[in-house]
Amino acid sequence: MIRQILTLAAYVALEALRTRFFAVIVILLFISFGLAAFLGQVAIIETQAIQSSLLAAFLRLGAVYVISLFVITSMVHEFHDHSIYLLLSLPIQRSTYFVGKFSGFALVAFITATLFGAALLIYVPYQQVGLWTLSLLCELLIVTALSLWCVLTFHHAIQASSVVLGFYILARSIDAIQLMAQGPLNNSQSSLDQFVNTLIKLLAMLLPNLERFTQSEWLVYHTGNLSNLIEIVLQTVIYVILLVTMSLFDLYRKNL
Amino acid sequence: MNEQQRSLHCIPKSLIVLLVTLLGLQIALHYQLPPPRLQVQKLTPPPRIELLRVFSLGDPIMGAKILMLWLQAFDNQSGQFLSYKQLNYTALQQWMEQILLLDPQSQYPLLAASHLYSTVKEPQKQKQMLEFVYNQFFVDPSHRWPWLAHAIIVAKHRLRDLPLALKYAQAIATHTTDDMPGWAQEMQIFILEDMGELEQARLVIGGMLASGKVTDLNEIRFLNDKLRHLEEKSKEYTNHSELKQSQ
Repeated sequence: MIRQILTLAAYVALEALRTRFFAVIVILLFISFGLAAFLGQVAIIETQAIQSSLLAAFLRLGAVYVISLFVITSMVHEFHDHSIYLLLSLPIQRSTYFVGKFSGFALVAFITATLFGAALLIYVPYQQVGLWTLSLLCELLIVTALSLWCVLTFHHAIQASSVVLGFYILARSIDAIQLMAQGPLNNSQSSLDQFVNTLIKLLAMLLPNLERFTQSEWLVYHTGNLSNLIEIVLQTVIYVILLVTMSLFDLYRKNL
Repeated sequence: MNEQQRSLHCIPKSLIVLLVTLLGLQIALHYQLPPPRLQVQKLTPPPRIELLRVFSLGDPIMGAKILMLWLQAFDNQSGQFLSYKQLNYTALQQWMEQILLLDPQSQYPLLAASHLYSTVKEPQKQKQMLEFVYNQFFVDPSHRWPWLAHAIIVAKHRLRDLPLALKYAQAIATHTTDDMPGWAQEMQIFILEDMGELEQARLVIGGMLASGKVTDLNEIRFLNDKLRHLEEKSKEYTNHSELKQSQ
């Protein structure tokens, strides 16, 4: 079983190489360095802080975008050219197939996070960069698992990527949305407001708190520590296993 | 890749003609359109802080940095520089307040207020920026004192408003921290001297020396010299006014 998982993962990594995924990563790195150089010219003070925070934000969003797109297009392609049917006709369990695929995407996410993290070493001490990189990897693992679940559920790239985008924006801003809903200006007791508040609370309960992940504050003010990482890793483990279980639930029910 | 493509001869000639014609039409249309006109955008008040947090996608530091660079570049619209007089300073101040709420450790808005926007040739607007720096100073005196120190210089030399400069200098003196240099606390002495409040200046120096907080020998020597100089000046001033009265 382990051998089958490793083979599937290796094929995903090979696909990333052949579809020039890493060329996109290198181009993103070049663009980010150009952006940082431009910001260095514009800023009057706090140049390094501005460069590192905006570079990190650009790389983080770039990584989430390319990884989710890669997972979704790769899986949609697998459905469309029927290679999934071929693979599942072999003596291989559906869970093994899924874990193999996920491991391959996780490997691609790991390489991406490492390359992007290394780019920040120019501006920030390695301890904080290490923390940021691990946090980015955790964020990418959640996005990978979510993209896999979406593509297994919706089968189409547009629906799946829209759901991933919506989920990501919500998960990163749910804290701020909650604060807005509980603000002193929103004391209305109408049933619509209560419904919206309950909905926001429910969303906050179900979504991973990505606001605590991959913070620019660590890079700018060097405030990241081990307790941040423990919290992030715990959240990632719980949420990735939850998404993998949901995906397997869908996959086992599919009449393939 | 080229091997998989067919020869150019396989493309219908009408398609090539259509392609070239449409490209020409696009270029002709571009020259027919009126040139872009400069429409100066007014600086509007910022949205609520909660909304800015949502737009920051959970990363307020990054949001603050982007907003500050945008605000700094606001006077440069479509390659045309606006004068600071054209800016709405109330909205400008509100934006800087929001940016500081997003990133309280940032010094950028305070630098912009004290060094950039205070250079406007309108005393009212200058004072507004200095008051912003003054009010923000109390949030974090140990990190924000350099900007208030600059505000003192602007008030004293550019606005020539000594009471205002004294108000700022006294704020620094009453909120001293260990990492604040002695000269920042001593600024009020020079302003009092310029205002002719020699007795009060002497009292301030006396109070500083008596407090025991000044430990640097050079600084103690400097303060003693200044005290002596003020005493002499005070005597001269008294003699001069007595002479004037007797005449």
